[in-house]
Amino acid sequence: MVSVLKRSLAILSILIIGYWLAQGLAGVPFGQDKMLVGHYYLNHVKEQTGAVNAVTAIVVNYRGFDTLGEVTVLFIASTGVGALLWRKNRKRTAKTEGSVVLTTGTELLFPFIMMFGVYIFIHGHLTPGGGFPGGATIATAFLLLYLAFTVYEIPHRGFEKTEGLAGMSYVLVGLIGLWIGGYFLFDWIWQSWHWGVNNIGRLFSGGFIPVIYTIIGIKVGTELSGIVDNMLKEEVKE
Amino acid sequence: MSISNIGIYYFGAISLVLIGLYGVLVKKNLMKILISLSVMETGVNLLLISIGYVYGKSAPILSEGIGPSQTVDPIPQALVLTAIVIGVATTAMALSVAILIHEKYGTLNIEEIRRLRG
Repeated sequence: MVSVLKRSLAILSILIIGYWLAQGLAGVPFGQDKMLVGHYYLNHVKEQTGAVNAVTAIVVNYRGFDTLGEVTVLFIASTGVGALLWRKNRKRTAKTEGSVVLTTGTELLFPFIMMFGVYIFIHGHLTPGGGFPGGATIATAFLLLYLAFTVYEIPHRGFEKTEGLAGMSYVLVGLIGLWIGGYFLFDWIWQSWHWGVNNIGRLFSGGFIPVIYTIIGIKVGTELSGIVDNMLKEEVKE
Repeated sequence: MSISNIGIYYFGAISLVLIGLYGVLVKKNLMKILISLSVMETGVNLLLISIGYVYGKSAPILSEGIGPSQTVDPIPQALVLTAIVIGVATTAMALSVAILIHEKYGTLNIEEIRRLRG
């Protein structure tokens, strides 16, 4: 009886909120050109950044500092998961080994998933994607290994060092920009060295976007694998 | 513009937000509440993307035949890229808190957790 009352109250309140939201959105025309800053970015993205994908150019180049903050948030979350789930003696406790299909499929697919992830992040300035989806794809490859083999663990020391180095090199790229061009995260490869000017639309263009996206991809991949590792292990009492 | 023709994408986005809100209000399992929060987040992302859409234009990747005036707004898409990553981070944190709660109380039902307090 209580649950019926609670349910109907919930439905009533979401109907009111839904009506309110719909009324607000009715004033926003769908499919009309509402761009203000967008036109500037689209008109200048090729000559200013060398990338053809305007979204990644905005994320890495025009708003690179914002993305540095985003990477920091992800780092803090991964550290937080590690701190919350920390125990003295943690091991993998899964008992059933993966089936033949899962283990064989994992062994076959692992290199291809890694390659696809790397493809996504080094082509961030040309195709949809970038460092974050590419890193997530790499982390799924490690998740597959965890699912298939009960004893598998990622090489912790190597992963932690790679993660730290990737984070530091992002800041380093920004600091080199500060040194060459006068402000943090200045695109020195494109604007000072003019690398790949005749190459727009091919892999070796886009200034420092592929460089930073490679760094982000490695960092996100190792971080998400670390989160998976933290969540799958349990405390073992001796 | 009246409320009856708000467009299918706005309708879908609002529906996703409301479905998530319903789950948060009604469900008692902590895991289901977290899933509902993720659904709400998807709704917000869809809303942002559909606000940036322009009729007949293509994705903001400049290539042959697609000039700067033939693409949709890139800024909401860049924003949503950020929002998705932050969503993953917060979901991971929430899930690890849920793991801790399950270790401490042996259940994920929020009413039983409340009773065990003290």
